[in-house]
Amino acid sequence: MWSHTTISKKLYLWSEIRGLEEKSKGVVTLAFSQKHLLGLRGVSADDINEILNTADLMKVILASNNKKTPHLQGKTVLTVFYENSTRTRLSFELASKYMGGVAANMSASGSSVAKGESLVDTARTLDRMASDVLILRHPMTGAPHLMAQHVKASVINAGDGTNEHPTQALLDMFTMKEKLGRIAGLKVAIVGDVMHSRVARSNLWGLTTMGASVTFAGPPTLLPPELAAAGCGVTECVDDAVRGADVVMGLRIQLERQQKGLFPSVREYHKLFGLTQERIKLAKKDALVMHPGPMNRGVEISSFVADAPESVIDEQVTNGVAVRMALLFLLTRNNG
Amino acid sequence: MKILIQNGDLVLPDGIKKGKLLIEDGKIAALGDSGFETGDAEVVDATGLLVSPGLIDLHSHLREPGFEYKETIATGTRAAAKGGFTSVCCMANTKPVNDTAAVTELIRLKAEREGVVRVYPIGAATKGLKGEELAEMGELKESGAVAVSDDGKSIADANRMRLALTYASHFGLPVVNHPEDLNLTNNGAMNEGYWSTVLGLSGITRAAEETIIARDCHLAALVNARLHVAHVSTAGGADIVRYYKAKGANITAETAPHYLYATDEWVDGYDTSTRVSPPLRTKDDAASLIAALKDGTIDCIATDHAPHHIDDKNLEYALASTGISGFETALGVCWTALVVPGHMKPEELLSCMTSAPAKLFSLPGGTLAVGEPADVALIDPSAEWVVDSSSFLSKGKNTPFNGKKLTGRVARTFVGGVCVYDGSV
Repeated sequence: MWSHTTISKKLYLWSEIRGLEEKSKGVVTLAFSQKHLLGLRGVSADDINEILNTADLMKVILASNNKKTPHLQGKTVLTVFYENSTRTRLSFELASKYMGGVAANMSASGSSVAKGESLVDTARTLDRMASDVLILRHPMTGAPHLMAQHVKASVINAGDGTNEHPTQALLDMFTMKEKLGRIAGLKVAIVGDVMHSRVARSNLWGLTTMGASVTFAGPPTLLPPELAAAGCGVTECVDDAVRGADVVMGLRIQLERQQKGLFPSVREYHKLFGLTQERIKLAKKDALVMHPGPMNRGVEISSFVADAPESVIDEQVTNGVAVRMALLFLLTRNNG
Repeated sequence: MKILIQNGDLVLPDGIKKGKLLIEDGKIAALGDSGFETGDAEVVDATGLLVSPGLIDLHSHLREPGFEYKETIATGTRAAAKGGFTSVCCMANTKPVNDTAAVTELIRLKAEREGVVRVYPIGAATKGLKGEELAEMGELKESGAVAVSDDGKSIADANRMRLALTYASHFGLPVVNHPEDLNLTNNGAMNEGYWSTVLGLSGITRAAEETIIARDCHLAALVNARLHVAHVSTAGGADIVRYYKAKGANITAETAPHYLYATDEWVDGYDTSTRVSPPLRTKDDAASLIAALKDGTIDCIATDHAPHHIDDKNLEYALASTGISGFETALGVCWTALVVPGHMKPEELLSCMTSAPAKLFSLPGGTLAVGEPADVALIDPSAEWVVDSSSFLSKGKNTPFNGKKLTGRVARTFVGGVCVYDGSV
């Protein structure tokens, strides 16, 4: 049973989307200006707001009993994954399907990539299958940028190498805004393997554009050089970063990094740089605890923290679908 | 057959002077304003042009034998001629590796038959560029190698490097190193710094280059061998060379045009034409390299011409081959980076690209003098032009300078009195 508010929100959504359609017919230009979403670096606050506001409406649909809108009807969305994924790939696929789009998946291992086909050739092939949106996850930085140069479809970066994962940062910002009512002025601590984290970079660009203040913390072997020049705080002391924060975000640490000599042991990592119950107490009361997943419980985050009431890690997943629905809608609207 | 080049500015060892240059039988027959018996000479009007010794490049990759799809001796030397080069040294990382007299001779034969500029092979320092057993340096020298180098790879084992230096010194062969510690490079894709952080690419620390420069300089000083440090790209690398030179070590060094002008910021957008080894550094490094050229720490500019096929570049950034196709932009890039802003006078820059490199490897040419082969480049110092890589004569169109406006361009090139580039393409 829908509550009265849900129904009125849903009605509002329909009229809003109709309004957007009319705008897209050339009467008024849409605020959203991107053809691709390759990263959040350089994306304006207006565009980010447009996605987050649209995601608000999409979340209403997700919460309803009839998770269906026609706003991707006739559009084809391909997820092209060169790396494993649970959340990102499924949420893009479901986002497409909830909006009536056609969604299909290509993974590197079962495709001609395994036969040595280049990314450019693969991209051209997929483009020629009348796809409207190509969603790429790839282990090499810059791969979506290369793909975008060779296709007509819109390209969404679903994580490239150690560069960006823009939809993760969008859903993170959506969650902050939903829970704390704003993004501007928030103090966000991002803790862990900053060097290799695409989540860290996308959040850096997105959050600073939206007026939040970001501080990164982690062991010195996992902090990239000259990071502070990008307009954020950087510290090797996790306590300092967490103290007084509105949001504390843990980053996944890949356990292979230990073999590469970047930290001595999981035990010491957790003790010195992990999000522990003690450490979280330094944050503001009711501060949000976030993590992009998948978590290494007992390494970068303790189970106690991950499952505490302040943790919005599960909510992040739901919001991921809403944000991706919004993005797909806006991109395909933009490109007719 | 006589050619008279007149109305130009001659670039002579004691400065730039108005004058004529007469070519007869492939040699410079007269120079200046007297002693001319021009007769029925073909006249070349060089009004507004510098009449320079042909440029000499100590570091290039002609890719033949083995990688003819990237470049051949025929195409590479034509690209060199277009860039004003009359002599080029080619590195040994061909397939097969130039680690035997047979390959050196093949390269020289091909160059004579199909090339248009002088080609001086550089032999491998170790067999197969593996950094283990020494190559037959004696035979390499006999067959025409002018130096030895494992360029493309550093000799990782310091003792092997010491032995290569020691053995090469017996033949008076310079050893050209490739200063890169691969453990420190750590699969990096670009210079480590602000831009690698922003772009999310793994960084290559300057220390990967500098520790090997320091190691090799120290070893060269130890065994009193002749070391030439290749493609210095960092301020610290220049400082180390300066230190060992001051101690009297027999060390020389080169840098490449792109390190003087392009920076790691150019990697933004992931254009793989900016991927090169060592990587593009920062404005501060470029400024230090310019200072090092001016104070003589860095002796010369070499292109490190490294042509690649588009299939080796149209890839994810870190997977793309490293290298820049450099012959055809070298002079313009150096002119724009050094002469236009007033860091160097035209004759100072040209000395770094002519007489200085000739001296380092004891090559003929590099100076305009009566009786010498007529290897001459006519340079238009005020020509402004936009680089269009599709018009390159090199098979390698890989350049970060495509679309950039440069000042200074080669108008005509003569090798042994024969016009090998006439400005028409």
